[in-house]
Amino acid sequence: MATSQTVDAKKGPSPIMKFLNSKKVVPYIFVSPFIISFLILTVYPAIRGIIMSFQSVLPGQVNFIGLQNYERVFNPTFYKALMNTSIYVVLTVSILTILPIILAVILDSKFVKLKTLFRASLFMPALASTIVAGMIFRLMFGETDTAAANQVLNWLGMSSVDWRYNAWSGMFLMVMLCVWRWLGVNILYFLAALQNVPDELYEAAEIDGASILQKFWYVTLPFLKPVTIFVVTISIINGFRMFEESFVFWEAGSPGNIGLTVVGYIYQQGIQRNDMGFGAAIGVILMLIIFVISFIQLVLTGAFKRGDE
Amino acid sequence: MKKETNSTAKWIMNIGMVLVCLIVLFPMIMLLISSLRPSSELMRTGISLAFDWSLLNIDNYNYIFTQAGSYWTWYVNSLIISAVTIVLSLFFSAMVGYALAVYNFKGRNLFFTFVVFILMVPFEILMLPLFQMMITAQLVDSYIGVILPMIVAPIAVFFFRQYALGLPVQLMDAARIDGATEYGIYFKIMLPLMGPSLGAMAILQGLGSWNNFLWPLIVLRSNDMFTLPIGLATLLTPYGNNYDVLIAGSVMTIVPIIILFIFFQRYFVAGLTTGGVKG
Repeated sequence: MATSQTVDAKKGPSPIMKFLNSKKVVPYIFVSPFIISFLILTVYPAIRGIIMSFQSVLPGQVNFIGLQNYERVFNPTFYKALMNTSIYVVLTVSILTILPIILAVILDSKFVKLKTLFRASLFMPALASTIVAGMIFRLMFGETDTAAANQVLNWLGMSSVDWRYNAWSGMFLMVMLCVWRWLGVNILYFLAALQNVPDELYEAAEIDGASILQKFWYVTLPFLKPVTIFVVTISIINGFRMFEESFVFWEAGSPGNIGLTVVGYIYQQGIQRNDMGFGAAIGVILMLIIFVISFIQLVLTGAFKRGDE
Repeated sequence: MKKETNSTAKWIMNIGMVLVCLIVLFPMIMLLISSLRPSSELMRTGISLAFDWSLLNIDNYNYIFTQAGSYWTWYVNSLIISAVTIVLSLFFSAMVGYALAVYNFKGRNLFFTFVVFILMVPFEILMLPLFQMMITAQLVDSYIGVILPMIVAPIAVFFFRQYALGLPVQLMDAARIDGATEYGIYFKIMLPLMGPSLGAMAILQGLGSWNNFLWPLIVLRSNDMFTLPIGLATLLTPYGNNYDVLIAGSVMTIVPIIILFIFFQRYFVAGLTTGGVKG
């Protein structure tokens, strides 16, 4: 590396070109477009958002109102939104961790043929947007007796369900939609991790007379710990950021707010009611929740112990 | 004895996988079949398992190709927005990831830590201030307004850095001796070597933009500017008489992606598993 600098010094037609081409300057030129866009489009709005949460923002009139927005945030509607979001997070995270682990282990086993085909099929729903996927679900889980889900229920001798109008079935629809779209992606994470399990360990366990379940529990699972922490974290964060899965079933408002989420509440208050300061306050609370979760993940994965490289 | 249990296990696993895949693909298959049903029927019954097969026809597609003008406007909007987002976000973030990996400069570690930190800031906190900025800059209801916030892609920076760490640095020294500038080295030698990572990130950004919903919903106001997800969502009302556009249009938004997926499966997998980014 040091020798190339002397080479640089020999070359360079003009002093300006030489300056722009020096290894001291080049990296900064490479990162500058990103830094500029990043300062304007991420850092500035983030700071603005925090400031806004202490303001009442009306067209042409902005006042600092201290903590009033935050005092207003803790109301029954927000608790409802937070409750819905939390239930959704718990359900999607558990399903989207356990199910993909099981399917990935099966897919990884030497017994299963057509691995690529299975993998591709399971991955396919991730290609559909939440809106298109939600549209399919909405038409399959319609209120009428003729919609697919109710047809099945009727054939089983049960009565039809008003899927979009009960709290439990509304939650079921949102969770199903999310699970359907993300199952294949999470399977890929676990499949990738399974490639790191050395075959000798399985052979050793087999010689010791371990059953399939014992091998899974004592050999496979410990190797999946890091990727599991990762999957759980991103699932929690994506769960708290959920909006579309609710919007596609109820647009702006659901009966009794059964589908209201934290981000949905930001949208409703900040955009639809134009109460930006209040919306920003909800956003700051959401950000704090996400920071805490990310922090816990970093601690669990030991990111703070590693040297900086 | 052992062999027997193995072959039973083998059957159970394979049949189980087939069943799981069928369940997962079932909604897609139902979408395809239902797109051939008369739209008035579909609106009345929803997606049904039992319906009159003799009524299947391609009227919905005929309609969408001949008369549904605004659908194709949305389509073109989505194409333009996705293409520009891919080009800009890749251009910006590939340079940064590369510089972080191959150059040793003051502030590098700090900058990288910053990128990782920003990964954690949810877009939802930025959207209200960004919307305000768009109003001030008069970019509401414009392509630029949708695209701008999407070009900052810290996840792509992270990915490119990781990839560029494996680039052959000796090539750079050789090129320098041959008199190449640092920029020439990047564009002519290193960037082509980063091809696979560019492919993966193009898919990630492109799919994210193609399916993006919340931000376009906020910024786009007029029917002529809508992207596909926003446009299709407006048709999703119980009173709508546009189910022909809705259902055939949905098929037409997924089919190009599935075709791309079949050809570039590797890149899709690498792109979509980069950081579990919400798409």
